[in-house]
Amino acid sequence: MAEHPLGIWVYIEQEKGQVAPVSWELMGEGRRLADKLGTSLSGVVLGHQIDKVINRVFAYGADSVYAIDDPLLEPYRNQTHSHGLVQLCRDHQPEILLMGATTTGRDLSGSVATQLATGLTADCTELDIDVEKRKLLQTRPAFGGNILATILCRDRWPQMATVRPRVFPEPEAQKAPSSTVVRGKLSLQPKDVTVEVIKRINEERKEGYLDGTDIIVAGGRGLGTKENFQLVHNLAQALGGMAGASRPAVESGWISYSHQVGQTGYSVRPKLYIAAGISGAIQHLVGMQNAEIIVAINKDPDAPIFRVATYGIIADAAEFLPIFTEEVKKRMEGKAVTAKA
Amino acid sequence: MNIMEGAFVINIAVCLKQVPDTSEVRLDPKTNTLKREGIPSIINPYDAHALEEALTLRDQVGGQVIVLSMGPPQAVQSLKKAISYGADRAILLTDRVFAGSDTLATSYILTGALQKLMQEEPIDLILCGKQAIDGDTAQVGPGIASRLGWPLLTYVSKVEKISPQAREIMVHRKLEEGREVLRASLPALLTVVKEINEIRYAPLPDLIRGATYAVEIWNNEDLHLDPTQLGLKGSPTWVSKTGTPPLREKGEMLGKDQASSAQIASLLAERLIPDIVVPNR
Amino acid sequence: MSQKNKKKQDIALAKESSPSKDKAMKDKKLERWASIPHEFEAIVVGGGPAGLSAAYTLAKGGVKTLLIERGDFPGSKNVMGGVLYSYPTAQVFPDFWKKAPLERPIIEQRAYLLAEDSAITAGFKDNRFFEEPYNNFTVFRGRFDKWMAGEAMEAGALLVSETVVTDLLYEGEGTGKKVVGVITNREEGTVRGHVVLLCEGANSILAQRAGLQEDLSPGDLACAVKEVIKLPKGAIEERFNVEKGQGVTIELLGEATLGMFGMGWIYTNKDTLSVGVGVMINELSRRGLNPNTVLEKMKNHPALRPLLVEGETVEYLAKIIPEGGYKQVPKLYSNGVLVCGDTAMLVNGVHREGSNLAMTSGKMAAETVIEAKAKGDFSAEALKRYKERLEDSFVLKDLKKYQNVSGLMQTNPHFFTVYPNMARQAAQELFTVNNVPKKEKQKKIIRDIRKKRSLTQIAGDLYRIWRTFG
Ligand SMILES: Cc1cc2nc3c(=O)[nH]c(=O)nc-3n(C[C@H](O)[C@H](O)[C@H](O)COP(=O)(O)OP(=O)(O)OC[C@H]3O[C@@H](n4cnc5c(N)ncnc54)[C@H](O)[C@@H]3O)c2cc1C
Ligand SMILES: Cc1cc2nc3c(=O)[nH]c(=O)nc-3n(C[C@H](O)[C@H](O)[C@H](O)COP(=O)(O)OP(=O)(O)OC[C@H]3O[C@@H](n4cnc5c(N)ncnc54)[C@H](O)[C@@H]3O)c2cc1C
Ligand SMILES: Cc1cc2nc3c(=O)[nH]c(=O)nc-3n(C[C@H](O)[C@H](O)[C@H](O)COP(=O)(O)OP(=O)(O)OC[C@H]3O[C@@H](n4cnc5c(N)ncnc54)[C@H](O)[C@@H]3O)c2cc1C
Repeated sequence: MAEHPLGIWVYIEQEKGQVAPVSWELMGEGRRLADKLGTSLSGVVLGHQIDKVINRVFAYGADSVYAIDDPLLEPYRNQTHSHGLVQLCRDHQPEILLMGATTTGRDLSGSVATQLATGLTADCTELDIDVEKRKLLQTRPAFGGNILATILCRDRWPQMATVRPRVFPEPEAQKAPSSTVVRGKLSLQPKDVTVEVIKRINEERKEGYLDGTDIIVAGGRGLGTKENFQLVHNLAQALGGMAGASRPAVESGWISYSHQVGQTGYSVRPKLYIAAGISGAIQHLVGMQNAEIIVAINKDPDAPIFRVATYGIIADAAEFLPIFTEEVKKRMEGKAVTAKA
Repeated sequence: MNIMEGAFVINIAVCLKQVPDTSEVRLDPKTNTLKREGIPSIINPYDAHALEEALTLRDQVGGQVIVLSMGPPQAVQSLKKAISYGADRAILLTDRVFAGSDTLATSYILTGALQKLMQEEPIDLILCGKQAIDGDTAQVGPGIASRLGWPLLTYVSKVEKISPQAREIMVHRKLEEGREVLRASLPALLTVVKEINEIRYAPLPDLIRGATYAVEIWNNEDLHLDPTQLGLKGSPTWVSKTGTPPLREKGEMLGKDQASSAQIASLLAERLIPDIVVPNR
Repeated sequence: MSQKNKKKQDIALAKESSPSKDKAMKDKKLERWASIPHEFEAIVVGGGPAGLSAAYTLAKGGVKTLLIERGDFPGSKNVMGGVLYSYPTAQVFPDFWKKAPLERPIIEQRAYLLAEDSAITAGFKDNRFFEEPYNNFTVFRGRFDKWMAGEAMEAGALLVSETVVTDLLYEGEGTGKKVVGVITNREEGTVRGHVVLLCEGANSILAQRAGLQEDLSPGDLACAVKEVIKLPKGAIEERFNVEKGQGVTIELLGEATLGMFGMGWIYTNKDTLSVGVGVMINELSRRGLNPNTVLEKMKNHPALRPLLVEGETVEYLAKIIPEGGYKQVPKLYSNGVLVCGDTAMLVNGVHREGSNLAMTSGKMAAETVIEAKAKGDFSAEALKRYKERLEDSFVLKDLKKYQNVSGLMQTNPHFFTVYPNMARQAAQELFTVNNVPKKEKQKKIIRDIRKKRSLTQIAGDLYRIWRTFG
């Protein structure tokens, strides 16, 4: 390699002009990293009829955009996108390449990294730069979230990482003029493409999976009765979340096992976890202590759950839950509920 | 390829990783460190579903299921188990020079073994799990497909149709908001999600076969792989440090000074609502 | 059969399913199974201490053995810690302490007689128990059983897990009727064997179905509840007053069981304590008590609480154990079948033993089978030697010796209530310094005791105890 690779690239995951929010989140984080490293930030857009998207990439702070516009690039297929992205990387030698750890990002990144014979760190939750060594410090959970590992990529470029959605805030779009757009070509013929998308089926999300929801309201033995457990459902509904439970609540038949949180139930990592009438036994904690915000409602001030709580409330849950549910309803009228980083 | 006097069969290779049962992983509450001692090893749960799918397809179409695993010598346990589920053949790739491989090196080694296998008999389909529950990267399957230049179909939730004659496969892929139906040419590599099937109960003779089966062992003398691409040497990623997730910061007790429930509720809502409500995107 | 056979009819295949195809599939299976053994010399049902000792001894003795276990692996259903007796274990697995996963060698055995809020304690400590060949160890059965299974497989036994034996396979009629194999819950799940060893544990469904064991009444069954409580190693050594790595067992009588027939215990593991209590089921139901309540009360006894404080419960288990002793021992053999371990009710309720009797009986059954194989005769007549072996050994001798204990204790509940309180009062008198002369104290003690139970009653009790334990 004649010159040292330069520049941070963010793969802009898009289809028909719809961009996955994680791509913008990565533009925000990419900006910070690029400034620290003293290099440029670029977005990479692959697709068909993508000019609008290209303009938006500049609004999220790109110094330049690399793009390939080709009908074979929509809808997304691993073969066409990896082909295009590998080609761009070979031609322009970025120093760092970031993607969202979405279905598409995780499908694509492994193929690209293998073809470029470089290192790839999956599903990062934290990024930083070792300026002196010009290394991307990539921190990611492993072993079911039980440990955090910081990973470096040695002597290969680009240094590649996928990043979990919603770990970085989405920056505000700025009014910015479009600047350099470097266009590449997809050197693939339709007959070379071995995979065909026959149809897409979009499913309305019914009851999601507990480990895939952002807001969980969980109840424990302290609720006392199945009737009181309904209060948990009520608050979950008001917040647009799901109900969770400790093992005793499940064993008492107040709710089904698919809602149990803990060592022998689900491990969850929601944005908000409200624990009502749950003492905070270690077997419960291991399943939920990675939640971003934990609210504990318990009448015992010494309950261990308070040790992990962001907000603690010493109260009778059966009394407090309905009051809080009303408060939430009142405040959220007309607003969409989505957990935010 | 597989046309043997008019009869079509498919040979399927399954990549299977032996992993620690992370659901049994416990944190030492005092030191907040991971307790690994006594944690049982299991077949990576997604790989068990990949194997099940392979067995179902074989039983429908005819052919062979060959299971491959790279890992320490103890991983024969999981391969014997794969035989007891009904696989035809099992091979362990084990060598000191393989140790410490990241996903790039792992896919290199597995691909090397698959290519050796394909010198003996053709392979039409490779099945992997969506991801391993310990490393959690989901990168090895895509890596193998890239190295072989085969179509890659990840997050497969259903095999709709496989046709050895037309050399085609049609599958459903699970997406964030639904699924898509894809057609690909064979040979192809699939990574599967748990929803793809339910694991059946194997017949007793397969269990007895698993208990008696001698797993084939291949090391690098069998594979002749480039030593600079193996193990730690061949792995660009490098774990510079590990730790446990930081302990949570001390929280805030709301309404300690005899506030009414309504006041506390309002206080809490004030704290939470900015964090959980954003305008519709 | 719980066959979760998935329907994949929607797979439109190049060639539709047809009789010729089904046949091809069947041939394929037969080809796959061509080289596996279809008949065994011995089939062992159950991978607990009894079954594993039997399988190991059989395989070592050159008997083609199949071991069938219902759990994921032997020991997987047993997360508990318990006491393992060195001598009988070494008889099956010589020098096991050099290789097996053990917790702590026990150098001190204590007994606490608990009254409402006091305790009388006695103990025996000997540092020689910290040296080979040791006396007892604490173990986690989950790990130890798995280790034994590894030894058995290395010796050549075949292990099939996650498989339930649902019935025995018979041939012949009348006195010629014999067991010739087992039926499992799996497809094609019948296997033939010259002899079957039933080592299925206390819940002896197969032995009952085979008519070897009668239905057990609640009076024969005890319920044990147990917890594993986590504590730092150093705290255990400090609280139990032992050196690094050493262990203690405490047997608990009296209030431990709220006066019911039974016993509590605390054992020290490496960094946990096993705390449990066992009581007769009929007494529990008579008193309308839940075994958890008994355990919780016991843990809060002032003599025990300091040992357990700040510990964290990491495992919990409730289990039924036979407590019937010698009188309940079933028919131990029949044509083509032997019964070992808890299934044979070989449990010494008084000394809270079981694994040792299970292992010894498994070994003896195996030795009997090895002899029978040499003679080519697996009839009841040939297998009778098993019972003789047990009778000559400590197994049945001990059970015989204590055969009346259970009945005695149950018909005399005051052993568990009155005596502990009397003993407590007596001890209080003796140990309280209050200027009253010793002799006076003794008089007072005797007066107090006589208030509760007449001298003749006491004499009668002592006589009965002497008869049963002596
Ligand atoms: C091997 C093993 C695996 C386990 N796996 C799990 C698991 O996966 N998930 C799990 O949850 N548990 C699990 N447990 C059980 C765990 O140890 C605890 O027993 C359990 O989490 C306790 O549930 P809880 O907090 O609902 O009940 P408790 O511990 O009984 O706590 C109830 C709490 O409610 C409070 N309370 C009472 N009344 C009120 C009121 N009116 N208003 C407000 N607060 C009130 C009390 O102060 C108390 O803190 C496991 C245990 C073991 C041994
Ligand atoms: C804490 C930690 C973090 C790590 N982070 C990274 C990282 O960010 N990037 C990286 O490149 N490596 C990483 N590694 C190394 C990585 O775990 C190993 O390379 C591992 O061999 C394969 O990756 P995986 O476990 O993530 O498998 P995945 O890629 O998640 O596995 C997907 C599928 O590939 C197949 N497969 C995977 N491994 C094998 C095998 N050994 N034998 C047979 N089939 C297999 C299975 O079908 C499996 O379902 C990390 C390791 C640790 C311990
Ligand atoms: C709470 C408690 C504490 C104890 N503490 C001690 C102690 O400290 N020291 C001691 O020596 N003893 C102790 N015992 C007694 C001891 O555990 C038993 O005596 C011993 O385990 C008996 O061994 P076993 O092999 O006969 O049966 P088990 O250990 O019960 O093993 C039976 C095995 O058979 C399997 N099985 C059952 N049915 C089938 C089937 N149909 N098909 C296939 N597999 C089947 C089971 O899964 C199990 O693995 C204790 C018992 C209890 C309940």
